[in-house]
Order: sequence, then structure tokens, then C-alpha cells
Amino acid sequence: MERPSWAPAEVDLTRPSAARVYDFYLGGSHNLEVDRRMAREAIELWPDLPAIMQSNRAFMRRAVRYVAEQGITQFLDIGSGIPTVGNVHEAAQQADPRARVVYVDNDPVAVAHSRAILGGDERTAVIQADLRQPEALFEHPSLTATLDLDQPLAVLMVAVLHFVPDEDDPNGAVEKIRARLAGGSYLVLSHASAEGRPEKAGSHRQLYRRTATPMTMRSRTELENFFDGFELVEPGLVWLPLWRPDDPAAAEQQPERTTGYAGVGRKR
Amino acid sequence: MRSPEEEPPASTGGTGAAGDDGEVQRLAMVWAGAVAGTSYVPLPQGEVEQLLVGLLRRMKAVLLDASGCARTVGMEVGAALIDAHFTNPRSLSRTLDVLLGECPATIGASSPMDADGNHGAGGPRMAERRWKELVAAVAEGFSSALQERALREQEDILAAAAQAREQARQELHVSEERFRAVFEGATIGIGIGDLDGRILDVNPALVRLLGYPLEEFRRRSVNEFMHPADVERVWQLYDELIRGERDHFQLEKQFQRFNGESVWTNLTVSLLRDREGLPRYQLALIHDVTALRELRRQLEFEAHHDSLTGLANRKMFLTQLDDLFATAAAGTRAGLCFLDLDGFKAVNDTLGHEVGDHLLVMVARRLESLVGDRGLSVARLGGDEFVVLVPGSSGSTELIALAEEILAVVARPLRLGSRQVLVTASVGVVERSIAEITPAELLRAADMTLYWAKADGKSQWALFEPERDAQELTRYSLSSALPAALVRQDLLVHYQPLRRLVDGSLHGVEALVRWNHPRLGLLGPENFITLAEQSGSIVALGRHVLQVACRQAFAWFGARSSGPFVSVNLATRQLREESLVEDVRQALSNSGLRPQQLQLEITESAVIGTDPLTGRTLQALADMGVRLAIDDFGTGYSNLIYLRRLPLDELKLDGTFLRELPGEGGVDSLDVQLLASLISLAHLLNLTVIAEGVETQAQVDLLLSLGCDAGQGTFFGAARPPEGISAFDDLDDLDAADGSAEADAGTGPS
Ligand SMILES: C[S@@+](CC[C@H](N)C(=O)[O-])C[C@H]1O[C@@H](n2cnc3c(N)ncnc32)[C@H](O)[C@@H]1O
Repeated sequence: MERPSWAPAEVDLTRPSAARVYDFYLGGSHNLEVDRRMAREAIELWPDLPAIMQSNRAFMRRAVRYVAEQGITQFLDIGSGIPTVGNVHEAAQQADPRARVVYVDNDPVAVAHSRAILGGDERTAVIQADLRQPEALFEHPSLTATLDLDQPLAVLMVAVLHFVPDEDDPNGAVEKIRARLAGGSYLVLSHASAEGRPEKAGSHRQLYRRTATPMTMRSRTELENFFDGFELVEPGLVWLPLWRPDDPAAAEQQPERTTGYAGVGRKR
Repeated sequence: MRSPEEEPPASTGGTGAAGDDGEVQRLAMVWAGAVAGTSYVPLPQGEVEQLLVGLLRRMKAVLLDASGCARTVGMEVGAALIDAHFTNPRSLSRTLDVLLGECPATIGASSPMDADGNHGAGGPRMAERRWKELVAAVAEGFSSALQERALREQEDILAAAAQAREQARQELHVSEERFRAVFEGATIGIGIGDLDGRILDVNPALVRLLGYPLEEFRRRSVNEFMHPADVERVWQLYDELIRGERDHFQLEKQFQRFNGESVWTNLTVSLLRDREGLPRYQLALIHDVTALRELRRQLEFEAHHDSLTGLANRKMFLTQLDDLFATAAAGTRAGLCFLDLDGFKAVNDTLGHEVGDHLLVMVARRLESLVGDRGLSVARLGGDEFVVLVPGSSGSTELIALAEEILAVVARPLRLGSRQVLVTASVGVVERSIAEITPAELLRAADMTLYWAKADGKSQWALFEPERDAQELTRYSLSSALPAALVRQDLLVHYQPLRRLVDGSLHGVEALVRWNHPRLGLLGPENFITLAEQSGSIVALGRHVLQVACRQAFAWFGARSSGPFVSVNLATRQLREESLVEDVRQALSNSGLRPQQLQLEITESAVIGTDPLTGRTLQALADMGVRLAIDDFGTGYSNLIYLRRLPLDELKLDGTFLRELPGEGGVDSLDVQLLASLISLAHLLNLTVIAEGVETQAQVDLLLSLGCDAGQGTFFGAARPPEGISAFDDLDDLDAADGSAEADAGTGPS
């Protein structure tokens, strides 16, 4: 359920949070006992999970590098989570030290943590906002102060849209975001799908009901719709490890086991 | 955030041969493969290998440098793994697996060199020991860095959680303040209570609305806001809400203000639930709808008042009258002056409606000021009719005095624009004890009396006289009671035999309608048929008689194509009804009677100057096979020729013929000759002739000698109810006498 923008977000530390569970999968300790309990249960059912998350995070790093190589220096990371290692700004600033990054998440703890970590960096900003309300996000003073919306930028929605159920109209939200982007901007997207391991999807979705952000797995065709108005760059929408791998030989082993699709599109 | 991708410090004493470094490269690859995927490391595999090459070089260097501290380097290597985010315990076990499976020689560090560059005295065993020491230190360094890192991250995340909570608390505070501002500033009254009905908080608007001080509210419970006028439903809804069976309700309810006044409000009560969905509080939104109700009353007023004059309208007046009768004590009297303006229509027609309206308004004002605060009420019933009601009157004298006052105020000259107009009124006056009259009767009496006043010359009052009313009432009430009498089956049909003169056999029966009036007893058609014709109820009445008579005739005669018939009278008005033919057809088919067995009697006057419709109707009936007779013939001989053009079967001679005939002696008087020629003329026209009012055998004999066919009258039998003549004495031999009886005679209507 959406809350009106003036109502305070709740901080409920008795429920696991997608951001902190994800941190645990990646080997971080930015998590609480509830998060770990849920993660361990999930791994028990599906031992591949940590590898899948690593694969997702690795895709993000490769994609940031790729768009940076295309000359992009502005990044909007929506659903940024808890900055463990290998954050967008690190990868981006490695390519171009002037790169600017705005991190957005709706999890207040993730946002507070990001603020603490990034406090001093003028080229980054952290916003607590919900991607289902793109208007509020794009009007946020921190965003307009950090990014020049007249210039192309890269919007990252990596492993976040599967937390937006159909009834909240994720396509509508993505469309509104697209409308705000200058031509030549990029959309970097990854998303869980039941297509790779249909037998695992059900129980996994079940576990995420405990969080404030239950999961919606989507088919490849549904995901293609998110790229309406974008042109998918090579290799298109593919299993996570197959998107421009560092080592093509290593990537080819059962990539569907990651059950996540990844793609990068360029706004026409 | 520290970047784990910083290169570790360049190796210090890396002077080994290229071949040795090749070993380092190989080992780094094995090591990288072993730890790959144990946790997320933001580096491509190649860079991981580079990182590990660096670490191996440092390890190799310290092995070769006897003065170097292997433990320090080992710990740094362990920490470097953590820095690169090899944070999983499995990263360590895999690392140890790889390193312990090797010996120092593999990376070209079999024994440390002394300061001169020679291999030391320790020999391979010494080198082995130092390698183990180094690897153990890697484990220690890894663990302590991991612990360090985990603790730091825990601290970070807890701090972030605390920070987020604080932020949320502040935002909650802000939002609470915002809510507070809404609560305080709202113009609608808001109250919050718990489920026990204790009032926890109310806003200033509610304090203003009900006038209780805030503390007083807090002392009270919701139940104490019950109002004497509350309908039971209010508190039923409330209980349902408290029980969690409904989430809200809305209604209009009165509240008692602190000062005792009542105020009408629109009340919405909602149940507030907690996150688990359990009911926790109740929220009441209350706003003052006094003005709204005032508006509604205004609309209602308009519905009850005449929009032109603002006086009560008919509906309102009737309600007042009913209320007066319903609530008055026994013995109370009431009076009514019913007036209208003389010649008002002419005013409207000559001076226009606007002037007419203006006149009505002026009259209304004058009547209003006349009654003043005397406790009388004035209403406009419509058009130019007004009434003044006097509740609790003392007698006619009082009412007559009032009527004179009314005549006087109306008669005062009126200025309508530039014109002086003189109008007068007529007034009907009634004054009665409430016990002996109903509201409707009172109004009707006044109306009737007004009519008398007018009829007697206008511009005057008339007092109701019960006797004068009684006569007119009979007419009035009979005709208005007729439709109900029809429904209640108070209308009966009696039958009188028509017999052939030659042998006294049954020619037919005449159906005669009777009204069994609850008060007046049995009434003959002469008492009400004309009234029924005037009011129009004759159509329904005629249809009823037709149906009953046909059914009765079928019961007696069955279906035959000849033989006795039933003869039914048609009133003139019925003949003008287009539905007549269909009504007849219906009566026949419903009863099963043949058309030849039905005769319709019409009066001479009904067919004189017959309009084309009547002609067509008669023709249609004749075509159907129904017999047609002229009733009460004898007032206009001249018309016999005219009757020739009508499809008639029978002529019924009026009883006056026989009454005017002289006794036995004067057989060949002119009257008799006239009658004789009439009968032969009728025969010439192929009509059977029947005489009405036959009372004596002598009359029968005379009629026979004149060639008359049949007779009807007390001599042959009076009209009787059908029960009394369940079988005509000679009916039984009808079948025998009349060979044309049909096989389906018994198959009447079901
Ligand atoms: C699995 S993490 C992904 C982190 C990062 N993008 C990555 O892929 O490495 C998903 C994050 O999305 C956030 N999130 C979920 N629904 C969101 C929404 N409607 N608006 C903004 N953030 C959301 C969660 O709080 C969580 O931090």
C-alpha cells in the first residue's frame, strides 16, 4: 500500500528487509538477526542464492562500466540498497572521477546507512523515495541539485522492479521516469524471473512476504515492455552472467540458474 | 567508503627469477579459482588474480628475508583478503587449503637469504616452519580483520537503524503536528474516544459546537451524548461499530449543547483499527447542519405553501385540519369559512393574469391581517378559493360575524396599479362539533354552502343547513358511492318474465338492475341510472349487468339459437360508448349464451336523431345476431317511420297505452284503433310487439284481439331475484317444445 508522501515511513526492525538480506547474501554484515534468519532459510531451500546475488551485483558493475565508457557521467541508482562494496559511484568514478551519482531507496535504514557512508561526497546524493512515485523523486531538490536532467544519464533499476507488484503499475512508473530522461540516456535493469528455475520461485516468493517488499517474478516478455522507448544494446535482455561477461568462457555454465534477466537500453 | 580495489603495496624484495614468478602466477590462479564465488568481490576474475599475485609475492619476499617478520606479513595478507571482500569463512578455508597444499619451494622461497644474499643456515626445515607460520598468520589476519569488519558493519547498520528511527520519529512528530494543526484548525468537530466510550480528545470546533469545556468532554463518555430525540437505530449502529461489525456509520443526530439547547448535526463515526486490524479507537466527525436543515425546512415550506401568496396550501391545510380533529378534546367545535371571489375569472380574462395574481395576493394579505393573532389559520386551496379555519369555535354566530368581516375586507376598494378595483366574495359557513363530523365532511359542507351562497346571488354568506344538504347529499352520495357499490357487489339483477299472449309461454325475461344500498335499502334503476349516466359510472354498471344477465340466462336456458331470451336495458350513454359492441361480445362469450338469446332494449329517445356512431353500433349488434328492442315506445308515434331504418326486432309499448285505454265497453274507441294500427304497422315492419304494464286478463284479451304478440307486467309476474325463479314453471318442457335445442347446450363457460 502506498502511503501519502507526508506520512512518515515506518522503521520496523522486526521484519527482514530486502536491502539487508541482500547485503547478507553478498557477504556483508550490514544486517540483523531477522535478516539472516530469513536468508539462511532461503539458502537452505535454494543454495544458489548467494551466487545469484553476486551475479546480479557483478552485472551492475559491468553495466556501469559499459555506460561510463559510452560517456555517461550521471547515474541515478533506484533501489540502491545498502552500499556494500562495489557501489555505483566507485565503479563510475573509477571510469571518470567527475561522475555524479544519486542513490534512491525507500528503505529508511538503507537510506540512513548510505547517508552515513557517503556523507562527505559532493558528487553523490541519497534520497529516500519510492520509485512508484517518480514525480516526487524527480522533483526532489537533492536530485535536481546533483544531476542535470537536460543531459543524458543512466538510470539503474537493478534487482528492484520485482519488488513492485503489478497492481502498483511498474510499467507506468518506468514510463514516467523515461519521460524525464534526455535522449541518449540509458536504462540499466535486472529482474528476477521464474523462468530459469520455476520450481524454486514459489517458495522464494513466499519468504519475501515477510518483508515490506514482496516479490513479483516476471517473464522475459513482460520485462521487454520495461524497455519501451529504449533500444536494447547488445546482447539484449539475457541471463545475468551472459550480459557482456568479463570472461565469456566462465559465464556459459548454466546461466539460467541465476533466474535473473539483465539488459541495458538506450533512450532514442 | 573505502575502495577495496586499491592495489596492495608493491612487493618489496621480489627478486626471484622469472621462472619463480611464473610459479607465483600459477598459484595465484589456483587460489583465485578456489575462493571465487565464496563472497561478492567487486573485481573481474583477472584482477582478483592480480591481487593474489601481489599477496603471494609479499609472502615469498618475507620467506626470503630472514629478518622479515612472517607473522606480520601473513596477517596483512589475511586482512587484504577481507579488504577485497573475501568475507566468507569459506574464503579462508579455501585459502588455507591452497596454501598448505604448497611448499615454500614452489614459489621459489625454499630458504631465506641472509643480508649478503646467501641462503641461510636454516635449510628446508626452517623454510617449512616459516611457511607454516606465515600461513597461520594469514588465518589470524583474516579472522581479526573479518571480526573487525563485521563489528564495524554491525555498528554502522545499527547506527543507521537508530538514525532512521530518529528520522522517522521526527517525521512522525512533524506529521503529528500537521495532524494537530488539522485537528485544531478544522471547522468540523472531531472527537476521539476509546472503545469503552471514554472521550480522549476533542478539537476546538467540537468544543465550540457543543459548548462544553474540554475537561468536561474528557470527563464524559460517549453514551452521555445520547439525546432524548435519538432514534434507537443510532445506538444500535454505535454498538455494532464498537463490536467491530461495521467500520463507520453516518446519520443526522441532535446533541444537547452545554446550555441545554439542541443542535442538529451530521455525525460520522469511524472505527480506527491498529496494524493487526484490531479495533482500537473511535473517531467522530460532527458538523452543524442547522442551516442545512433550515434550508430543507424552507423547501418543505414551499411544498406546503402556496408560492404566490405564501399562505398554507391545500395539502398543508388538510394536514392542519386532520391534526385539529385528531388532537381536539371531546366537545370541541370548529368552524370554517370557505370563500371565493365573485367574478374572478372575468378579472383574469379582462385585466390579465398578472393583475389577477396581484389581486389574489392582496386578498391573501387582507385575510392574514384580519385573522391576525386570533389563532385562526388561513389557506389558499387553489384558484381564488380561500378558507379560514376557526378551531374551538363557540357557535354559528361567531362564524357568521367572521364571514361578515371577511366580506367587508374583501370588498374594500383595491388599487391594482393605477386602477381601482372592486371585488366581492361569497362565503360558505359551517360550524359544527368535531365529534359529529369528519374533516372531509366539514370541508365538503363548506364547499356546498359556498355554492349555495353563489347560487343565491353572490357577495354574501350562506350558513350550512343540514336538511337542504340532505337532499342534495342523496344525489351526491349515491352517485359517488356507485363505483364502490359495484365493487362490493351491492348491485343486483332481478328478472321479470315476458310471456306470449296466445299460450302464456315464456317469450323472454327482462333483466332489471337493483341497488341494495346499505342505508337506503333496495333502490330501483330510476333512482340511480341517470346519476350513473352523469358520473360516467354507467359504463361499468352496464357491463356488469350484461355479464350477470347473460350468465343467468345461460344457467336457465343453455345455448340455443332460438327460444326465450334475456332482455337487458341500455342507457342512452351506453350506446354512445365505443366499447359497447365489445362488451356485448365479451358477455356472450364469457357466458356461453348465443346472440339470439340476448335482447338489448333502447329507448326511443336514444335513437332519435341518432348520430352515425349509434347507427353503426346498432348495426354491428344486429349483425352479431343480438335482438334489439325499442323500450317505452309511445311518446312519439311519428318516429315509427324513422325506426324503420333501424335493425330492430321488437317494439315494447309503454305502459301508458294500456292505462289510458277505457274499460271493457269502449273497445272501438279511437285509442284502441290507434293502438291496433300501431301494432299492425309494427308487424308490417317485421317487429314483434310486446305490451308493458299488463295487469288484468281483460287487457290480455284486448291485446290478443289487436294482434299484440306478448306482454309483461304484474299479471305475468313481477321482477324477482333469480333465486326466486330458479326454474320457470314451463322451462322444463322447452326442450320438447323447441326442437332447435342444441347438443352443446350444456357446455357453457367454465
Ligand atoms: C535487492 S536490493 C538491490 C540493490 C542494488 N540495486 C543491487 O542490485 O545491487 C533492492 C532494493 O530496492 C529497494 N526497493 C524496493 N522497492 C522499492 C521501491 N518501490 N522504491 C525504491 N526502492 C525500493 C529495497 O529497499 C532494496 O534496497
